[in-house]
Amino acid sequence: MLLGRTANGLYWMFRYIERAENMARLIDAGLRMALTKTSDAPEEWSSVLMSAGVKIGYDNKYKEYNASLVSDFLLRDPSNPSSVMSCVETARSNARMVRTALTREAWESVNETWMVLKSTLALAVPETDLPRVLDQIKRETAIIRGAFHGTMLRNEIFNFARIGTFIERADNTARILDVKYYVLLPSISYVGTTLDNFQWESILRSVSAHRSYRWVYDIEYSPVNIADYLILNSRMPRSLNFCYSNIVDNLKHLAIDYGARHECHDMAEGIMTRLENNDIRTIFDNGLHEFLSDLIYQTTGLSSKIAKAYNFD
Amino acid sequence: MKPFDEMIKTGDEVRPPYDQLKSWLDTQNPGRLAQKALDAENVFRKTGITFAVYGDEEAAERLIPFDIIPRIITGNEWRRLSQGIEQRVMALNAFLDDIYHRQEIIRAGRIPRELFTHNDAYLPEMVGFRPPGNVYTHIIGVDIVRTAENQFYVLEDNARTPSGVSYMLENRETMMQLFPELFQQIKVRPVETYPKMLRQSLAAVAPPGCNGTPTIAVLTPGIYNSAYFEHAFLADQMGVELVEGGDLKVENGKVVMRTTEGNRAIDVLYRRVDDSYLDPLTFRRDSALGVAGIMDVYRSGNITIANAPGTGIADDKALYSYMPEIVEFYTGRKAILENVPTHRCSEPDTLKYVLENLSELVVKEVHGSGGYGMLVGPAASKKECEDFALKLKANPKNYIAQPTLALSTTPIMTEKGLAPRHVDLRPFVLVSDRIRITPGGLTRVALKEGSLVVNSSQGGGTKDTWVLDD
Repeated sequence: MLLGRTANGLYWMFRYIERAENMARLIDAGLRMALTKTSDAPEEWSSVLMSAGVKIGYDNKYKEYNASLVSDFLLRDPSNPSSVMSCVETARSNARMVRTALTREAWESVNETWMVLKSTLALAVPETDLPRVLDQIKRETAIIRGAFHGTMLRNEIFNFARIGTFIERADNTARILDVKYYVLLPSISYVGTTLDNFQWESILRSVSAHRSYRWVYDIEYSPVNIADYLILNSRMPRSLNFCYSNIVDNLKHLAIDYGARHECHDMAEGIMTRLENNDIRTIFDNGLHEFLSDLIYQTTGLSSKIAKAYNFD
Repeated sequence: MKPFDEMIKTGDEVRPPYDQLKSWLDTQNPGRLAQKALDAENVFRKTGITFAVYGDEEAAERLIPFDIIPRIITGNEWRRLSQGIEQRVMALNAFLDDIYHRQEIIRAGRIPRELFTHNDAYLPEMVGFRPPGNVYTHIIGVDIVRTAENQFYVLEDNARTPSGVSYMLENRETMMQLFPELFQQIKVRPVETYPKMLRQSLAAVAPPGCNGTPTIAVLTPGIYNSAYFEHAFLADQMGVELVEGGDLKVENGKVVMRTTEGNRAIDVLYRRVDDSYLDPLTFRRDSALGVAGIMDVYRSGNITIANAPGTGIADDKALYSYMPEIVEFYTGRKAILENVPTHRCSEPDTLKYVLENLSELVVKEVHGSGGYGMLVGPAASKKECEDFALKLKANPKNYIAQPTLALSTTPIMTEKGLAPRHVDLRPFVLVSDRIRITPGGLTRVALKEGSLVVNSSQGGGTKDTWVLDD
């Protein structure tokens, strides 16, 4: 038994840590694209903002897209609730609120991340320093994850935290794919050009999968394989399949602990079944964009059903 | 006159309780000690042992400076102190029971009725009600100062929601990490049983209708409260829930918390929320920090609130000057611990005296706390004294005055080596089926040379406090 507010705090604490890390990856991928001569940099930055789900906020503030404006907005802007610094602030506030549920190591890792990034991100980051800062962000979140995995009891506290992580990750992966779905469609893009290769690599890079892809598939990128990897592959830690199988697992543990199933269990298992019994060809045939936007919608719905079931809505 | 120093007598002679510590200190490399002090600060910052200073937005979270030189009290000194404290908390509880019932002490003419009639801390809602176990103030912090070898005074009784106990515990923890060798040489009485004792103490005053293990929770105003760290710390150490007003509601005559498995009843609530915010239906209507209807549940005996609402009347500064009478009235003996002589500015002759001697006195607001709104005459400028005199004349009832005590000093680590600074002591007392006092308490130290204000909000620090097991 946990306070509803504690479950809520754990869930959001881990969503925001996950989000901070995802932001760093998106900026990383954006930087890489902007470096290629063939790409249209402003267009790339605009789609980075779209993947981050913050394009409206950005457009209200700025008129142009470039590396320094976009990265500053995604890294430090306090008016952007999804900027890395905002995410870390929110995660830490939630951690303070649920402090009694965390091990000392888990709390201290979040607190230290906050202290370190507060000073790193106190001033605008010069473009030359961006790679170092992005690495630092990824390292900090990795330490949080490590402290959490290494020290936390596998109980309901752990389950709510993990559900937060994977809901956020599923949403993130689906958005990245959805913003770029057209470059994966053979009918629109001409397969095999350099631009395509860069675009595809950028998608993989934004989920840190550009190397592991080659361990699983051909050395050559193919849009179908990329989509398969990020949607259906059960071993790839950021794929939708992987996210949902973790959500289902953690929900199952809660059902056993509490001796009760809720609507959210049926819903999560339903989505999981769709991911397991699908092949990528069928998804393409029925419309990749339709599939992804439905999944984003369903994930949001699942999130509120979980909150309702466990009294933190 | 030089104040009493707890380590060094006149000249170079060391007071016996500090013998071992002093010879150890003399063998230490100053650089190493300075490094240890830094280590301690890093531990506190990393752990997030911080407090918020109201009205200081830039530094929303600050550390209370920690000094690594322990303050030492002998077993004998402690025995006398704890007897005095025990007597005092028994008197406080008896007093609270009396003034919410028959008011014998007023009938006997020992204290004036006006002290209650216009006092917000006196709650009419408590009249005629008896809390479980007849305990009103469960957790008390008695502030004690020392001025000579055998002279201790009680500065105030914090009978509402005293804070600081988490610092007492963390200070010891930190010292044991930094200087394990010292604890092998010097036998120090442990403090770490406090959370367990607190839990036992709270469980022992569960409502009579509670069967089995009582469900205990700590009620906090939330993460923006200055003492939030302590609230979380205590809940964690006791293994109970840390709740906020928003988690609670009244359902079927019980106070329940909203959990992942539905609503669960709470039997004992250790609240760290002031009386006026406790129940918007009874007290401040705009309060979002409390629970609507909790006072009804309380009065029908379905929950224990610690400390009981209305205990604030017992640590009201206007009442403080009557404490010797109060202790004697309820215990039949003279108070073991003395009060600081106190001038009540409400009395015209006294007011005249206070105004004439402002530069030598400490003047406090009757309802103030945390070192806010007080004047330390000897440390104040002429202008500050004049300004304060105006406030005093405008509302004399609002103030009491005390002679400036030469608080004892103990050494702290400074950049230039050891230097004496003024200290006070806040021992923590638990009252329920019996009285439990943790040996020592929190030593607060004024870090500025010559300063007498030890409050953390005013630049004070803390020290580990050792009661010798001798």
